[in-house]
Amino acid sequence: MSVNSIRDTFFEECEELLEALVEGLAQMEVASDDMEVVNAVFRSVHSIKGGAGAFALDRLVAFAHSFETVMDKVRDRALAVDEKLMGVFHRAGDHLADLVASARDETNLDDETESGLITELESYLDGDTAVEDFCFDAVTLDFGGPQIDLGVEDPVASTRVFHIRFAPTRALYENGHEPLLIFDALAELGSLSVEADLSRLPEFDAFDPADAVLSWQLTLTTSEPETTLHEVFEFVEGLCTLEITMEQSAALQAVELPEPTVSPDEATLAEPDETALSQIPTDLPVSATPSETQTGNRPDDSTGMPSLAPASKESRGPKPTLRVDLDRVDRLINTVGELIINQAMISQRIEELDLPTVAHLTNELEAYKLLARDIQEGVMAIRAQPVKPLFQRMSRIVREASDATGKKAKMVTVGDSTEVDKTVIERLADPLTHMVRNAVDHGLELPTERNEAGKDQTGTIRLSAAHRSGSVFIEISDDGAGLNRERILAKAMEKGLVPPDVDLSDPEIDNLLFLPGFSTAGQVSALSGRGVGMDVVKNAVHALGGRVSITSTPGKGTTFAIVLPLTLAVMDGFVISVADQTMVIPISSILETIRPNPRDIHMVGTDSEVVSVRGSYVPIVDVADSLGLGRRDDKNSNGILLLISTEMQGLTALRVTAIHDQRQVVIKSLESNYAAIPGVSAATILGDGKIALILDPEELIKLAQASGHDPFAQHSRMELRHG
Amino acid sequence: MAETAEALADTQFEFITFSAGGQSYCLEITQIREIRRWTPVTALPHTPQDVLGVMNLRGAVIPIFDLSARFGLGATPANERNVVIVAAVDGATIGLLVETVSEILSVDKSAIQETPDIKSEATRNSILGMISVDDSMVRVVNLGAVVDSGKGLSE
Repeated sequence: MSVNSIRDTFFEECEELLEALVEGLAQMEVASDDMEVVNAVFRSVHSIKGGAGAFALDRLVAFAHSFETVMDKVRDRALAVDEKLMGVFHRAGDHLADLVASARDETNLDDETESGLITELESYLDGDTAVEDFCFDAVTLDFGGPQIDLGVEDPVASTRVFHIRFAPTRALYENGHEPLLIFDALAELGSLSVEADLSRLPEFDAFDPADAVLSWQLTLTTSEPETTLHEVFEFVEGLCTLEITMEQSAALQAVELPEPTVSPDEATLAEPDETALSQIPTDLPVSATPSETQTGNRPDDSTGMPSLAPASKESRGPKPTLRVDLDRVDRLINTVGELIINQAMISQRIEELDLPTVAHLTNELEAYKLLARDIQEGVMAIRAQPVKPLFQRMSRIVREASDATGKKAKMVTVGDSTEVDKTVIERLADPLTHMVRNAVDHGLELPTERNEAGKDQTGTIRLSAAHRSGSVFIEISDDGAGLNRERILAKAMEKGLVPPDVDLSDPEIDNLLFLPGFSTAGQVSALSGRGVGMDVVKNAVHALGGRVSITSTPGKGTTFAIVLPLTLAVMDGFVISVADQTMVIPISSILETIRPNPRDIHMVGTDSEVVSVRGSYVPIVDVADSLGLGRRDDKNSNGILLLISTEMQGLTALRVTAIHDQRQVVIKSLESNYAAIPGVSAATILGDGKIALILDPEELIKLAQASGHDPFAQHSRMELRHG
Repeated sequence: MAETAEALADTQFEFITFSAGGQSYCLEITQIREIRRWTPVTALPHTPQDVLGVMNLRGAVIPIFDLSARFGLGATPANERNVVIVAAVDGATIGLLVETVSEILSVDKSAIQETPDIKSEATRNSILGMISVDDSMVRVVNLGAVVDSGKGLSE
């Protein structure tokens, strides 16, 4: 393992730790006195610090240390958590994430925020004299157990003797750990005696220098609590057999700690702090009861329980997972796609054979098909990830946006365990950030305005995700003032996006937001006015094969809804023919299919056509023409029109020769071996093994427009009606 | 032993020769993945003449170039006997439609001559060098150049 790959592993772990940190902080909002949660946060920061130390990331270590020290004080109930402190914690968490990112990318970070934060963090430590600090160390004695014991306990009396059996595995050495350093660290805690167990040492000729045959029996006399011991072993957990037993001393029995001895079995568990916490006596079931009921009957997040509402103590023991190179998964997905195509080909061939008794064969084929689909679903599921980390990132955006605008906002997430394709999640981050920022900046009112409107001063940004009928629904809603339609319309007219005399319905006005070059903020705030509008959001969602829509109620708020396909690897499409070629067009983009009556089609100028659809005229784009495959071959047939709604041109009808079938197709990139082709988004392989191109309707229309005959200029007003 | 193999590779090249548009061309053997029979392709819109379309190679979508058309020798007539040479270049897999594949040519590095200054620059760029075999001349195809010029999408 090279240093670089170890470093990569560290940053991967940091991602997970930061995730746990954000989650923990969110839980602290509602249950700041829950020590299990506080411990989890502390552990995350501490682990980042520990790892960072190994890579000499001094700045990260220094900051994590300040953070951790304050956290530790909270952990020991020496510091009460209030709203202000929570704010500091949140910002410290954000900054920690930034520091990790900058260490990973080896970029520089603004010093000012950091020094400001450190000062703020340290202000919580000010006033602590050295003595108090010392006492506070002694206070940790009873390993996180009930505080009541502290008063009666004399620090001197509580010197304890721990017996530690430490048997490293081969992996411990392979990961570069050194038992001697661990012993040194233990020796600093008190007086230590070490005895090596050589019983497993093999004969000299059978000796494998890489094998771990030694184990040690250590006896430590210390006044430190057991958790401190576990911290020493924190980084070798899972790489060794570790048994820590405490010798029952008279002093301890006097304090009557329940079950003062940690049984060897429990101590070998991976989570030291939890082991310690499980020692909380049963007559003080502070954390035990809720966590049991939670795990026993945990509400399914996707059913719509706000995950913040109860201090949801999801079982912290992480599910065993496997880190796999994404390439391998993609290769597997590719091969499974082949399998599906191959299955379709075999079915087709057998049908062509026209065998007399084919019934049993058909059954087997059907079973084959189902199995292939099962495998496909299973493989796709590997790429699926919960939206939770994405949503968590948004809480930071809400915080920053509300700080910058002087508004108060909190974020609620619903269904954050909903799983979505990894690529979708990655490509959703930017549009979502933009929408969340907008929701705070433009959606929510100032606290005073909210007061006047009789609302809670703190606005709510609600992020929800759910699976519904083969699609992923993501909603971003605020409980703000709703869209100011008058202003939107005025703005659109001012920018020349709509004619000044236009008469639009409310949803049509709402949809003006998605027009390129539209920016709602009357004044350019620190957050908006970057020239990035909702059209960018819409394009990004479109690129993922999804749709975005908007609903707004004055005084109640605005909701943006995004509908996305479950995966980017397969797609539902119409199999169509265009100038004798078989092609596929995504169903998601098609509003309606029309077999036009020749009377409804009218020429405009020499080569533009429009079709009358329920009284409105819609421009026609001939797909074959747009692709340069020749003008319509058959002038007598009007083909089939596919009604499509685009951002740029509103409603447009695409003319194709025929629609043959509707089916799920596997998406194959054209770019990996060749190049992008205008009007074509990808290719797929049909049941007969032939390649069919997948059309990009939006691009097709742009192509038609670029090729000279512009059927749109005179219809802009009419098209808006269908926005 | 590795050294000798390397030294050998340094001076000794193996080429597969084939004919396109009645002329003799060759490609270094390490670039070639397989040789297939011609099967009809799916045409691509907005592409130059020498890009015939895309073919399904066990699930991969690969572009097929007509080498004869590429060198201005006219389109290769559709023919069951034609073959497609599947080759790898810059991480992509492509196919070249040629008339026939002839033989494997093993030559010393010194036998490869530089392309003399010829009139068409596009053609010169697409030929890495020339090898004289008996009485005839074999042109070494610059695969990268063929692919790149094929990507210049025409309107």
